[in-house]
Amino acid sequence: MSDAPLLEAEGVSHTYAGGQVGCADVGFTLYPGEVLGIVGESGSGKSTLLSCLSGALPPSRGRVRFAVRGQGMQDVFKLSEPERRLLMRTDWGIVHQNPRDGLRMSVSAGGNVGERLMAVGARHYGDIRSEALDWLGRVEIDAERVDHLPRTFSGGMQQRTQIARILVSQPRLVFMDEPTGGLDVSVQARLLDLLRGLVRDLGVAAVVVTHDLAVVRLLSDRLMVMRQGRVVESGLTDQVLDDPQHPYSQLLVSSVLQA
Amino acid sequence: MTQHMMLQVQDLSKTFTLHTQGGATLPVFDGVNLAVGAGQCIALTGASGAGKSTLLRSLYANYRPSSGQVLVRHREAMVDLTGAEPRLQLEIRRETIGYVSQFLRVIPRIPAEGIVAEAAVAGGMDAAQALDAARALLRRLNLPERLWSVPPATFSGGEQQRVNIARGLIRSFPVLLLDEPTASLDAENRNVAVALIMEAKAKGAAIVAICHDETVRAEIADAVFDVSAFQVAA
Repeated sequence: MSDAPLLEAEGVSHTYAGGQVGCADVGFTLYPGEVLGIVGESGSGKSTLLSCLSGALPPSRGRVRFAVRGQGMQDVFKLSEPERRLLMRTDWGIVHQNPRDGLRMSVSAGGNVGERLMAVGARHYGDIRSEALDWLGRVEIDAERVDHLPRTFSGGMQQRTQIARILVSQPRLVFMDEPTGGLDVSVQARLLDLLRGLVRDLGVAAVVVTHDLAVVRLLSDRLMVMRQGRVVESGLTDQVLDDPQHPYSQLLVSSVLQA
Repeated sequence: MTQHMMLQVQDLSKTFTLHTQGGATLPVFDGVNLAVGAGQCIALTGASGAGKSTLLRSLYANYRPSSGQVLVRHREAMVDLTGAEPRLQLEIRRETIGYVSQFLRVIPRIPAEGIVAEAAVAGGMDAAQALDAARALLRRLNLPERLWSVPPATFSGGEQQRVNIARGLIRSFPVLLLDEPTASLDAENRNVAVALIMEAKAKGAAIVAICHDETVRAEIADAVFDVSAFQVAA
């Protein structure tokens, strides 16, 4: 068990202009290799929280700290812009719900993956290409599609390409926003299995926001349930799903249809 | 008791509060004290609904007890599993407590041998070695070789349960919790499962088991523990 935390949220709150509460007083500690799930219905504040955690939206109150290599815990919103951008390109990865937000649609799949390597200083074309091929293979994209534009791909293939683009820089922390949203069930299963294998084999820590309880059951070690911007319950994933304590968690768990 | 204490339950109680049913409370048990030493197997008994599974799940921190403690020997010290931080609970599950549930939770696209091997890899075994161990165990449990590379979603109940047993017993956990491990097995495979459980005991595992089959219970258990004695009068 590694004793140094990777990401720490303390009293993270965000209130939108107009007084709408995004999230309120959220705190947790994430350790290397841990996967934290965040569930709640739309409007519960999970996406706002994810934006605050991933450096996209400064919280109105509270702070988010990350273990920057060689510098210890640093307040994410006090890093300089170049420092934060470097973090985004290297140690962090964000899997967007819509792959179009995470890919450049006018650049080939291989280019999308290679680009991120070039951003961290890789210059040798052959190396970049073979590494891009390797990662696209790991996410099960056929080698013959590598030079095609992502816009010619299905939704599931785009999502897998996005994941390869992120993992190629070997991040230590990945944020996922509804990673299986909008995909067919059969495609979801394949993607989940892939993500699960990747977080296990690579030891990447992840924060996964979803409204799908089956996704967190499969992927996450720990779970937070959010409602109206607040965390109403947290614990081991199976604890929260099998023995929910809070009225809202009970409602959420009991509302799932058994297939 | 002279045996090395592995698991100690102190004054444990569990009451469910059903908020979706107007806050109705459902008391299950109260004041449970139980101690299990290394190499000892305790069988939980009591009628259906007495709280056997609830107790067993509480010992794995799957259910959260309402009060009391579950002390478990983890890295040479007795640790309260119930009150531990999630990270420590996960570590205890990874290293100390194994749980064989009544039904296999199938993971889409993962073959039977992968599901079993994965449990060994989680315990630190290298992948190739884990796969060999998984296959050896599946062979011993008479799971036809043609099924090893197939995801168990389409398996029969007995076949799934054998995968489940292999997954739970591929490692030598110091504490083992078994929920009806032999329920859907035929006689031959039940005997294999019993032999595997006896081997785990011989290696020093402290075992708590739910087991309706009286023959199996008599073979594996050193003592029985009647959960219904702790039922809360309704």
